[in-house]
Amino acid sequence: MKAKLEQIKTEALAQINSAGTLEELNDVRVNVLGKKGALTAVLKSMKDVAPEDRPKVGQMVNETREEVEKVLEEAIGKMEKAKREAQMKAEVIDVTLPAKKHNVGHRHPNTIAMEEVERIFIGMGYEVVEGPEVETDYYNFEALNIPADHPAKDEQDTFYINGDILLRTQTSGTQVHVMEQGKLPIRMIAPGRVFRSDEVDATHSPSFHQIEGLVIDKKITFADLKGTLAEFAKELFGEETKVKFRPHHFNFTEPSAEMDVSCFKCGGSGCRFCKGSGWIEILGCGMVHPNVLRMSNIDPEKYSGFAFGMGLERIALLKYEIDDMRLLYENDIRFLRQF
Amino acid sequence: MNTALSWIKAYVPQLECGDQEYTDAMTLSGTKVETYERLDKNLEKIYVGQILSIEKHPDADKLIVCQVDLGEKQLQIVTGAPNVKVGDKIPVVVDGGKVAGGHDGSPLPKDGIVIKNGKLRGVESYGMMCSIEELGSTRDFYPEAPENGIYIFPEDTQVGADAIEVLGLRDTVFEYEVTSNRVDCYSVLGIAREAAATFGKPFVPPVVEVKENGEKVEDYISVEVVDQDLCSRYCARVCTNIKIGPSPKWMQRRLAASGIRPINNLVDITNYVMEEYGQPMHAFDLDTIEGKKIIVKRAADGEEFETLDGQVRKLDSEMLMICDGAKQIGIAGIMGGENSKITDEVKTVLFEAATFNGANIRKSAKRLGLRTDASGKFEKGLDPRNAKAAIDRACQLIQELGCGEVVSGTVDVCAPLKELNRIPFDPVRVNDLLGTDISITTMLEIFERLELEYQEDTKELIIPSFRQDLEGIADIAEEVARFYGYDKIPMTLPSGEATTGKLPFKLRLEEKARDIAEFCGFSQGMCYSFESPKVFDKLLLAEDDQARNAIVISNPLGEDFSIMRTVPLNGILTSLATNYNRRNKDVRLYELGNVYLPKALPLTELPDERMQFTLGFYGEGDFFTMKGVIEEYFDALGLTKKLTYDPKAGKVFLHPGRQAKIIYEGVELGYLGEVHPEVLDNYDMGTKAYVAVLDMPSIEPFATFNRKFEGIAKYPAVSRDISMVVPKEILVGQIEEVICQRGGKILESYGLFDVYEGSQIKEGFKSVAYSITFRAKDRTLEEADVTAAMKKILNGLEAMGIELRG
Repeated sequence: MKAKLEQIKTEALAQINSAGTLEELNDVRVNVLGKKGALTAVLKSMKDVAPEDRPKVGQMVNETREEVEKVLEEAIGKMEKAKREAQMKAEVIDVTLPAKKHNVGHRHPNTIAMEEVERIFIGMGYEVVEGPEVETDYYNFEALNIPADHPAKDEQDTFYINGDILLRTQTSGTQVHVMEQGKLPIRMIAPGRVFRSDEVDATHSPSFHQIEGLVIDKKITFADLKGTLAEFAKELFGEETKVKFRPHHFNFTEPSAEMDVSCFKCGGSGCRFCKGSGWIEILGCGMVHPNVLRMSNIDPEKYSGFAFGMGLERIALLKYEIDDMRLLYENDIRFLRQF
Repeated sequence: MNTALSWIKAYVPQLECGDQEYTDAMTLSGTKVETYERLDKNLEKIYVGQILSIEKHPDADKLIVCQVDLGEKQLQIVTGAPNVKVGDKIPVVVDGGKVAGGHDGSPLPKDGIVIKNGKLRGVESYGMMCSIEELGSTRDFYPEAPENGIYIFPEDTQVGADAIEVLGLRDTVFEYEVTSNRVDCYSVLGIAREAAATFGKPFVPPVVEVKENGEKVEDYISVEVVDQDLCSRYCARVCTNIKIGPSPKWMQRRLAASGIRPINNLVDITNYVMEEYGQPMHAFDLDTIEGKKIIVKRAADGEEFETLDGQVRKLDSEMLMICDGAKQIGIAGIMGGENSKITDEVKTVLFEAATFNGANIRKSAKRLGLRTDASGKFEKGLDPRNAKAAIDRACQLIQELGCGEVVSGTVDVCAPLKELNRIPFDPVRVNDLLGTDISITTMLEIFERLELEYQEDTKELIIPSFRQDLEGIADIAEEVARFYGYDKIPMTLPSGEATTGKLPFKLRLEEKARDIAEFCGFSQGMCYSFESPKVFDKLLLAEDDQARNAIVISNPLGEDFSIMRTVPLNGILTSLATNYNRRNKDVRLYELGNVYLPKALPLTELPDERMQFTLGFYGEGDFFTMKGVIEEYFDALGLTKKLTYDPKAGKVFLHPGRQAKIIYEGVELGYLGEVHPEVLDNYDMGTKAYVAVLDMPSIEPFATFNRKFEGIAKYPAVSRDISMVVPKEILVGQIEEVICQRGGKILESYGLFDVYEGSQIKEGFKSVAYSITFRAKDRTLEEADVTAAMKKILNGLEAMGIELRG
């Protein structure tokens, strides 16, 4: 019996060794371990074994089975691995073939700049507000301390619908709408489309965008204006950005200033972007004029505030090095795809 | 405003600084320097030489060989200049020196031209004699220079001297950007006052003393101002025995640096005083004035008047005129008349220095289309006190420069001068407003520099009349800040109540629109809000179409920009056409922009501005691609109920069989479709295009970003496929409506998987197949549930004349 088992084992191992395919290995399993296999046959012949020897023989059969099974599993494992490797080898691709892109669309550079400005001010607690693009003279001029016959009205080259209704020349009128609602304090920005009768050329467009900002509260100071806009400039143009405030004049602010930022192309050493000066003019700002507060029923003795305004196109042109403003309104896909 | 630094230094004698230092300091104190230019920037080693001898060049007819004395040395110079003779004193540039340009006056090279020793036709030349063009200027500014020739100095010029210095070119011209509130700074004296305050140096304005001849001005002229509302002051003075000649070199140089061409002493003096004081002056030939009388009054509508440039101008009743006893002689503040202009034969001059109403001058100049240096100054609103000072200064110069005699006295018709403005000085408020801690002493010191007088007993600042811009404490704070230094004010962040930053719902919907459009391959365009009325024809809109009621701009840039758009399509179609004609493939664009719908025309109240989400594409894709984008967007906005597409959209600019209104809960939210082939022709597009327009205000009430999790189905679904033969005119939308209505609670979804029209289907019918899925949330469905639901659906379909196939 022992010899028989030994023989079964030897034969089985030899067959396993010589097997070249998974099918052949499977045949070994069936022939040796299967229901009709050699080992099963041995077990079936157990009745011929003396009862006292049966446990021993049973153990021998099991040992042989385990041994054959183990070798068989290993062989199968090895072969499966080899097969998979061969398959993967056959499946090698040229990873440098072109990508299958989804062709997503692109945002307009103006919008990218606008969203960036909005994000910065929303982070500082400002609400985004909109105002009408077709506006009355009152909101566009008078309530901003630009009375009738003021030369500033001519300077802005206004498009008129009639004597009283016009296309807004600045987003500043939105300040007045918000102040009139009487909810204080105010921290708002107002992005939007504005219009001035400039002929279309590389640096002018009769329609462009501004972002206006307004803060009104008790004890707002010019120092707060400087600090806020310096933070803004760092966020927009980079941590190392420096700012410079120059006195200027706007009817609706006093004191007024223009803010320059250190040139973000050359860092301030002078280049063609900053025309060699190291500085780039970015926005106008100032403390809200007491007349403006008064006209919107805010007591300038109790409240003060600051306002600022910037041209979105200017920021987009500078940031993305666009050299012709007309490109912004042509909507050539080859232009838009670059943003 | 352009001014030579030397002119500023004449009134701030202690001012010493470099050009860049001056630029920076003035800009930071509020007088912005735009640019500056050194007049001698490309002029080097140029001296005054005297020609000792002239010989013919041995080998060239047109050249001469000169021996030139330069004081320390003599040089041989060959020149082709036709105008020099022995004894002439001329500018000579020597070896290694530089001139600004060529002798022909062509544009100046950036870095000038270096001059070296050399040979001309074999004869050594050790330098070059210069024309005024080579020195970087023109005969306009050096009228004594010859045409086509070497500049010749006056006989008394010292040989060997620095020619640049002698020519007054060792100077820098600064260009200032003066803000509109600082009328006083449109003058040399105003800028000099700012410069003195900026650098803390004394300001020394000219001392005006007029030597008069004892005659009475009243014997020469009287003045009547009829329209005092437009003329608050009119000063007139008379000068006799006028001798016209060139003005002195120093005056010519200052005027030239300001860009004003020297003409003669009389004209130059009026221009000089206009620059110096910022007060325009006018000079009449007194002998042309009838009735010894000046009358200031409005013109009558339709009158005509010939200005001194020889043009006939049409007047109206809001234009102020200067008249004599018989006729009009000038348009006030804008331009004098041909009939009274100064000629070289003038004997007696009447000077006018007046203060006209700025707004009136501005409007008149605009209506006349005639904006002059004078009107540009008047329209800013001048200080009446300055008129008298300026006219006296002009008379002083007439007398001092030997141009004539000054008749005693001034005819001065003046409305009562406004009292000087007083502003209470509250240093605490100034510091509160600025966020600073500036001492009172510092503030008072700044006021003194600016000539603001502090009255201690009333604690008031007395504002000089030339500072019309200072009205209240905020203005005073700015004065303090300017001279304390904007850069020294600290940087802080606002304290006080915290506020929440937010983007309003409307803008969040627009942001989402951008996101979805871009995910779907559309790029954002921007189009103008105004367009041509021809757009309506291009879009095939009927003559009486509501959309033609557009707001018209009264002063547009041209017809193409003359109406406010009522339909958003023109922008996107124009942009698609631009791309198409530039051969860009598969272009998808979207725009978010307003249309402007008037409530009534002509406009009496503000129009309805409606944000439109407009999409358009050509190339890959079709109607259903566009439909997909819309549904993606509506999904993102939580519009989960069923959309209806009504093919009767009634849009004439769309293909009549390929358009649909988009309806949600009975509300029209927009439309989509294929662009009408005729419209494509109108836009020069040779390919199909699809557009969609969504009206954002209509969508907003349905939109939400709130979401609620409804669990993931636990029980299995059951699907049934149905195949049917449908009359052609029935839309699948109608079939879906039946499925929706009749499917009951257990209906989960349905999907169209086949539509077929063709040979196997009988005429007038199409084959349509749906897969319908049922599921219950709380149990496994039984056969009976599904059969019942299907039966209801099938009954409904059969009722529409639909045949079911096996």
